[in-house]
Amino acid sequence: MDEPAGAPAAVRHAEEVMGTVFSFDVRGGRPEAVRETLAAAVAGLHRADALFSTYREDSELTRLVRGELTVARCAPEMAEVLELAAEAERVSEGWFSPRYQGELDPTGIVKGWAAERAARLLAAVDGVCGVSVNGGGDVQMLGAPEPQRPWRVGVADPLRPGGLAAVVSAAGVDELSVATSGTAERGAHIVDPRTGRPAVTDLVSVTVVGPRLTWVDCWATAAFAMGSRAGLAWLESLPGVEGLLITAGDEVRCTGGLAERLG
Amino acid sequence: MLAVHALNKNRPLRRIVLASAATVSGMVLLLSLKPHAGPALAVGSPAPAPTSSSSGASPGTTKAPATGTSTVTGDSVQTRWGPVQVRVTISGGRLTDVTAVTYPTQNPRDQEINSYAIPQLRREALDAQSARIDSVSGATYTSDGYRRSLQSALDSAGL
Repeated sequence: MDEPAGAPAAVRHAEEVMGTVFSFDVRGGRPEAVRETLAAAVAGLHRADALFSTYREDSELTRLVRGELTVARCAPEMAEVLELAAEAERVSEGWFSPRYQGELDPTGIVKGWAAERAARLLAAVDGVCGVSVNGGGDVQMLGAPEPQRPWRVGVADPLRPGGLAAVVSAAGVDELSVATSGTAERGAHIVDPRTGRPAVTDLVSVTVVGPRLTWVDCWATAAFAMGSRAGLAWLESLPGVEGLLITAGDEVRCTGGLAERLG
Repeated sequence: MLAVHALNKNRPLRRIVLASAATVSGMVLLLSLKPHAGPALAVGSPAPAPTSSSSGASPGTTKAPATGTSTVTGDSVQTRWGPVQVRVTISGGRLTDVTAVTYPTQNPRDQEINSYAIPQLRREALDAQSARIDSVSGATYTSDGYRRSLQSALDSAGL
């Protein structure tokens, strides 16, 4: 431990799940109590994967799509996620879609929702002052790691591997999340819900900042599909939400209030 | 794939880049006035500083105690679009952060310029080693991609 004396204890963990890796950083609380809840949070992620995976023949989602189950017979998380996904589709005017090729597929919301849920579970542990959960590149922060230090998230620069395009700070807020959608890791995988084909966009990356990861993850996906002009204007219209967009031409655009969140 | 395509053919300088160059230069000039700018302080010099009247006024400095980090706020510099003032943070001899304290926001064109110029300047100044971050947000990586990610490096440092 090279933490300065008096700094809250840190419990860290990385877990491979949902085809990616979730990184946990929990500050404060009794380490044994934190580890116990961490185990429950990790189990919750695996459970979400088992429920919602479109790759598993036996997931509740797959069986729901096949008509072998009804939502009412699924775990309560199914109805919760489908409701959130429908709300995301409404707010994004259809640019976030819980369907793929006509079939129900809310997986675009599951990872962010699951990461936020895990973070809240950990924040409820007695004595915990700060939680950061990074679900494959989308981060939910709660509280602060130390009394005088806010959480800080680097935004990966898609055109300069290893570099950062910005640093977002959670200074002054108790909840902040940062989600990025882009082509840097897995190519052109974001589908335009209107055409069913890869989104025709001038963007390589959209980063959205706001209180709740469940939403900002969806908004990053939607804004990416919209393209820089419409995406920026739409993000600007969302209260409490800021965005940083990077185009294939290496231009950076951001919403008016983003500067206040940069640290 | 589409994005990669666009990347290849989309290289010409744009009007907005040219328009913002003077603003960026103004800030770069201003940064170069910094008294504590050691040799490690290489501001990315995205635009060569043109002939411009840098006032040469001494910038205000606030030193944070003991941490080896100092924050320097430059004087406001008059650009053709309005006053620009930046604050930089230097940690362990390296520039770790740039924040625009004042910049023109009077008209839509200003906002367009700022939406480009301010973040771009930050981009040149930041790198993961020096930025003192807790985590990294980026396009979703696979389990395999994670092993090459900055987040993985941060995790190994902290675990």
